[in-house]
Order: sequence, then C-alpha cells, then structure tokens
Amino acid sequence: MQPAQAAPMYADSSSEAAPIERAKWPISDLIFQVCALLAILLALSVIIALLFDIFSDGFHRLSWDFLTSFPSRFAAKAGIYSALVGSFCLMLLTIVFSLPLGVGAAIYLEEYAPKNRWTALLELNLANLAGVPSIIYGILALQIFVRWLDFDRSLLSGALALTLLILPVIIIASREAIRTVPRTLREASLALGATQWQTIWTQVLPVALPGIMTGCILAFSRAIGETAPLITIGALTYVAFLPDGLFSSFTALPIQAYNWVSRPQEAFHANAAAAMVVLLIILLSMNAFAILLRVKYQKRTR
Amino acid sequence: MQRRKLAESIIYCLLFLCGSLSIFVTTGIVIALGIEALGFFEHVSLWEFLFDTEWTPLFSIKRFGIAPLVAGTLLTSAIALIIALPLGLLVAVYLGEFASEPLRRVLRPILELLAGIPTIVYGYFALLFVTPLLQTLFPELPGFNALSPGLVMGFMILPMVASLSEDALYSVPQGLKEAAYAMGCTRLQMVFKVLIPSALGGITAAFILAMSRAVGETMIVAIAAGQQPNLTLDPTSPVETMTAYIVQISLGDTPHGTLEYRTIFAVGLMLFLITLLLNSVSFMIRNRYRNA
Repeated sequence: MQPAQAAPMYADSSSEAAPIERAKWPISDLIFQVCALLAILLALSVIIALLFDIFSDGFHRLSWDFLTSFPSRFAAKAGIYSALVGSFCLMLLTIVFSLPLGVGAAIYLEEYAPKNRWTALLELNLANLAGVPSIIYGILALQIFVRWLDFDRSLLSGALALTLLILPVIIIASREAIRTVPRTLREASLALGATQWQTIWTQVLPVALPGIMTGCILAFSRAIGETAPLITIGALTYVAFLPDGLFSSFTALPIQAYNWVSRPQEAFHANAAAAMVVLLIILLSMNAFAILLRVKYQKRTR
Repeated sequence: MQRRKLAESIIYCLLFLCGSLSIFVTTGIVIALGIEALGFFEHVSLWEFLFDTEWTPLFSIKRFGIAPLVAGTLLTSAIALIIALPLGLLVAVYLGEFASEPLRRVLRPILELLAGIPTIVYGYFALLFVTPLLQTLFPELPGFNALSPGLVMGFMILPMVASLSEDALYSVPQGLKEAAYAMGCTRLQMVFKVLIPSALGGITAAFILAMSRAVGETMIVAIAAGQQPNLTLDPTSPVETMTAYIVQISLGDTPHGTLEYRTIFAVGLMLFLITLLLNSVSFMIRNRYRNA
C-alpha cells in the first residue's frame, strides 16, 4: 500500500533531507519489525504449545469406546457419550432459538429502525450486552429459566442461556452482512412496487445470507465451547443417560472436561484433554467452514 | 391490498419485538441480580460488603467483604493486560502498516484461531502446562497462582486488542499519513507521531473493552488461580476472582435461598456493574471519536 511506496521514494530523495535521519531509518524500522515479528511468533508458539499439550495428553485416550461410553468413576472406562449428545442437542436448540431472533433484530435495526432515542438506546444496549461476561448470562438464566419459569436444570434452560449469550454477536454480524447489500438493489425492488418486507425477503436476505451464515457459525462455535453459564445454571457433570426431551437434565463437552480437570488424578486429566481434543476438532471444523464460506462469498461479489 | 398492509404491519411488529428483545435481556439481568442482591443486602450492610477486607461466607465466622475477590480479579486482569495491550497494538501496527498482503492473509486467521479456542482449554493449558513451566523457573510458585492464568488470559485477549486496534488505525485518513511522509517522516515517525495519536480514541476504546473482557473471564481463573480469596497484589499467590467464586458456589451444595447462596447475586451484580461501566465508556469513546 501507500507506505511501501513511500519508503523507496524517501530513500531516493535528494540530499536536502537530514542525512543522519536517513542513515538511521532502516535500522530502527528493522528493529520495530523484528519486535513485531517476535510478538507474533510468541503468540504462535502459545497456540502451538497449547495444541501440542492438549493433543499429547489426550490423544491416546481417544477411541471409539471413549466416544460411546458414559462417564464413570474409573478414568479408564469413562467416556463422553452423554456429553457429546448433550452438546449436540444444546447446539441444535440454540440455533433454532437464536437464528430467527438475531436475524430479525438485525433486520429491524438495519431496515426499519427510525433514527430516534429508542434506537440509540438499543445500539448502546447491544454494545453493552456483547461485552457482558458469559457467567452473568448464566446467573440470569438460573434466576429466570431455572427458578421462576421452573424449567429446572434442563436442556431448555441451557439452550436459552446460550441463546441470550450469543444473540448480540449474531445481531452484530448479521447487521454487517445486511449493510453490505447495495442500496440500489433495494431501490430497484421498491420502485417495481414490492413492499418493504418483499424487498427484504426476496432481495436483501439472499444477498446477505452468506455473510449472515459466516457470522452465525462463528457465534455457534463460541456457544459450543462455553462453560461458565452452563455451570451456573447447574448442568450436571455426571450424567449416565441421554437427554430424552426438552426438560431432561444434561451434560455437555466443556462441563465434562471441567469436571475431569478439577479432579486431582492424572488419569482424569488425560480424559479431560481427550474431551477437549474432540471439542477443538468440532470447533475448528466449524470455523474452517465459516472461513471457506467467507472466502467463496468474497470472490463472488468481486 | 388491505391484507398486504396488514401482513406488513404484523411483520414490522414482530421485527420490532426482536429488535427490542435486547432491552428485555438487560432489564432481566438487572431484575434477576437486583432482587436477590437486595435480599443479601438486608442482612449484610453495603458498607461491610465494600470495605471489609475478608470474604469468608462459607466459614462459621462469616465476613462479607468483596475486596479480596475484587483484588484477585484486578490482579489477574492486570497481568493479562500487561501482555495483551502492548503486544496487541504492536501486532496491529505491524499488520496494518508493515506486513505484506500475503503475510497478512495468513496471520489474521491464525490470530482469529487464538481467539476462538474455548476458555476451558486455556484453563487446562494454564494449570497443567504454564504453571509447571513457571515452576521450573520459580520453584517456590504454588500450584494455583494469579500469574499463570493471567499470562494465558493475556494471549487469549491479544487477538481482540489487535483486531480492534487495527480497525482504529485503518480509519485514520490516508491523507494524514501521506502528509506525514511528505514532511519527510520515516515510517516509524509516521506511526508514532501521526497514526497512533490520531487513532488514540479507537485504541483507548479497544483497550477498555479488553479490560472488561479480562474482568469477566471465568474458566481460566476458576481452573488455574485457585479458590482462596486473598487480599493481595502478589502475582505468585493463589487468588480467587469474582467469577471463580460464582463458579465455586454454583458447583457446591449450598442450598438455594440461603444467605451464602445469595452472595453470588451480590458478586454478580458487582461484576455486571463494573463491566457495564467499562463497556459504556468504551462505546462512548468510540462513538465520539467516529463522529469527530
């Protein structure tokens, strides 16, 4: 970009520029770049150390039996069957709840909302909610869903907690996607006599869809790794059955992993690492899918 | 025609409700936390809560001073920010002004990856990798301490600082940068004397948001910092943060409705107010800076 062009221009400039500065420039510049690269290298080495640590601790525990066994008092017999199914059901419910609500809110804020105090309040509130710690959503769900509405420590309570947690993320991502749709498209549709909703449904949403999906998948992958709100609503850590309905108690992968980490025995730590390997594989494939979607989408619009 | 109008208004109402849901969520948080916290403050004075120096709700002699939990939170957050803020800004400047386009395209997703790893995995990493590693350097370091989760948390929020700061740097007008070069600035002079000062508002907003994130982070500190409320600023001692305390009570067998149980709502309210303050300040700085 611009600076890259500016650099040779400066080096070639006439002798009127201060000679000392000219001599110094490449060195300090280089030092800065080396520092920045070291910082990035440090961050990279953290990722590598983390992945290596989890995989080397947990990989040997991964087996078909580990995936299809219920938790047990004996580390070697324990598995993540109920946690895996629990996480899957939780995710499905969270998607069902959060997608329409989040996209609906994004459509309202981008396409309908008038510029007034209420909208300004909504914006401030949304920015705030996106930064509320996840454990606060857990306390909210504990009070409202578990106790007042009496859903108990069920899948439904867990999914609703996660829905509230990722709703701001979904709204913000969907708004960005909707905002990239050109104005002219809307105007053309309205000029042909379509109502506002027809315009949104048939013109705006199809174009914005890949962007919305990318943001949503990233939000769901955040939800699947969330532990704190599920602990607060009191999801159980020892569940030796599969959930059989909305009001069934459940466990989830991160909860199971946390339970195993907090035990002193090393054999359980290995189980925790193995559960995290599974969690990371699910997460990374979701992220990779989202990134692929984004790349494909960017190519198409250009 | 009439029917179509009706359908349009029904859809409008539904969307309006979706849009306004976030207000209900915030109200819900305030009510849910507030009611139980009020019950708590009927038994414990606000003065004791804020200024007592001991937090022992589960002991026979109960003291309800939140200071040790706040100190634990501040300590782990401060360690994280010492890592995340300078490194994050450095990475942002490098990616924005120095790195070549292909390098940028490789580095950004990798940094995003760092932000996408679940916090429970970071907690495991802090407890079972970083702490033993630090113990080889400082043999007297206890198994639970503030340092290790703080450091790990720093790397967790680094990508967020980097990407928000990069957005702030990117919004500086190209003309300003060109003017700096035209005046004979070197690249570094341009960065430190023009780019960063002009983007200061956005960078500050990013830093405050990172602070709020560190304060609310739960699983890393719950796993690796310990469960001893200590009023200390010594990074090598075990501490308990506000979030870790909430986890501890949620997992324990404290019966619902007791005073001990209500403490999590008082602590949660405190946590909510702190992050609300930080988030609002960050939002206002960003808004003002965008309009300026």
